[in-house]
Amino acid sequence: MTTTLTSDRPAVTRRPIRHGRPLTRVSGLGFGVAMLWFSLLVLIPLTAVVVTATTGGWAGFWEAVTTEQTLAAIELTVGTAFAVTLVNIVIGTMIAWVLVRDRFFGKRILEIIIDIPFALPTIVAGLVLLSLYGPKSPLGIDIANTRQAVFLAFLFVTLPFVVRTVQPVLAELDRDVEEAAMSLGASRITVFRRIILPSLTPAIAAGAALSFARGVSEYGSLVLLSGNLPNQTEVTSVRILSSIENDNLDSAAAVATILLVISFVVLILVDYLQRRLVRRG
Amino acid sequence: MSIEITGVSKRFGDFVALDDVSVSIPSGGLTALLGPSGGGKSTLLRIIAGLETADTGRVQIEGVDATNLSPQKRNVGFVFQHYAAFKHLSVARNVAFGLEIRKKPKAEIRERVDELLKLVHLSQFADRLPAQLSGGQRQRMALARALAVQPSVLLLDEPFGALDAKVRKELRDWLRRLHDEVHVTTVFVTHDQEEALEVADEIVVINEGRVEQIGSPDELYDRPANDFVMRFLGPVTELGDRLVRPHDLQLLPPGSDPGAASGLVKRITRIGFEIRVEVAVGEQTVTVTLNRNEFLALGLHAGSEVQVRVAPEVAGAESRSQVVGAV
Repeated sequence: MTTTLTSDRPAVTRRPIRHGRPLTRVSGLGFGVAMLWFSLLVLIPLTAVVVTATTGGWAGFWEAVTTEQTLAAIELTVGTAFAVTLVNIVIGTMIAWVLVRDRFFGKRILEIIIDIPFALPTIVAGLVLLSLYGPKSPLGIDIANTRQAVFLAFLFVTLPFVVRTVQPVLAELDRDVEEAAMSLGASRITVFRRIILPSLTPAIAAGAALSFARGVSEYGSLVLLSGNLPNQTEVTSVRILSSIENDNLDSAAAVATILLVISFVVLILVDYLQRRLVRRG
Repeated sequence: MSIEITGVSKRFGDFVALDDVSVSIPSGGLTALLGPSGGGKSTLLRIIAGLETADTGRVQIEGVDATNLSPQKRNVGFVFQHYAAFKHLSVARNVAFGLEIRKKPKAEIRERVDELLKLVHLSQFADRLPAQLSGGQRQRMALARALAVQPSVLLLDEPFGALDAKVRKELRDWLRRLHDEVHVTTVFVTHDQEEALEVADEIVVINEGRVEQIGSPDELYDRPANDFVMRFLGPVTELGDRLVRPHDLQLLPPGSDPGAASGLVKRITRIGFEIRVEVAVGEQTVTVTLNRNEFLALGLHAGSEVQVRVAPEVAGAESRSQVVGAV
């Protein structure tokens, strides 16, 4: 080796990586306000729900959530939200790709239309779906009172999430990096899989988590079309409402607690998966 | 010839990036594409790599017609100005990328990556992420990554453009020495004439989509084909209607040469070892650079009367080369 170089100073790279620093008086105040806000809006109400759920004791809680009707509602809601999220991961990424990378007529309009399911009052979405896919469907497609109706409604309201989280990240991606991979012999598919996808994974995961959470909580858009048939097309939000209407607050809170736990577990899972995928490259 | 470019043109809308460009780049050399920004040199490099397609013309690499080959099949290494690092992969896996694509055995990849990291002095950083490296280190990683696949040509697009002056100079020397070791045909784009003169074996000057001149650094500096090349490669000044380099002019005490122009010293600026004297000759301001000893011997100060002429040895060399050029 005859080439030498003097620029490998360890000082450049030995920088210790530290996250944050001790609180000062000003940042302490900020932290306090943030915690108070978070407690009032999130922690205390959530705790209240859990407390209400367990007022009837562990047995009462268990009984409320293991009735056949409740279990069917939970299974339908979580299962459909999961399936819809998988669809959104694929289709949402594709739509984001088209919006960022392609130039076509009507792109600006599509950009705006994407947000409509998000911006529309959900009951309006429900009405739209009912008139299109209900008993009087002009298309001749009648899926009222079926599980497909739930799937469709979830799909409709969760469409923007993955698109909107992936789009800005994709737009910021450095094209040089893809060209570098191509000149190293990587095919377009390999470039996508090994270079682009790892950069998009955190955004896709965030979009997927939002999409799942929105699906689990959906009410307005499906309540008209699904028919809310017990054990068949009744989702958890409808189940909770009917419990409350029957003056059974404990049971409603119990179901709500189960949903809380499921959502929490899903968020953790998504974060874990996302980290593993990024590292694998 | 390693790279043969014939009649290549490229437009972007109304903008003509390259206009009927033909260049031959010799095997094993270090060639600079030099020119002002927006002159088309990067476009030419990207056409060689297949990252851009020419509207007309042909590109041959190592005797193979590559005009319609995809970038994957050209076997060129490309280094970008802003490193184009794979941010989610470690330094070692960045370098290994091309070999992994080619499905080489794991042991062979490891061996080759170790060897390359040693070559670019990054062995101790193998497991770092690119974000933990300095700019110069990242560019060396990019170079190792491009060399890993044993390309038939190595293309560098303003490779040191994003680095600060000191690191740029270090890397420039280092690239020259690396090339002496590796001997791969190398083409690099630069707008810095000093960089081209210092590093390259051959320089292709490109301006407004056309090749202005091709030659060795000496040829270009001493015998520029036209005023553009002369101006672009170094400092110039005008004496009468001649374009000359300030260091090719001589100052004489008044009345020493009846053929020389007479003038008054307007301004004297000292930059280290170099003295720059501005002389008003009629309407013109002529710049002459002298070394310290020449300056002291003349005893000049602002307002002195002097004569200016082209140094006789330079004038002689010029007239000889014109004769040679005519034959």
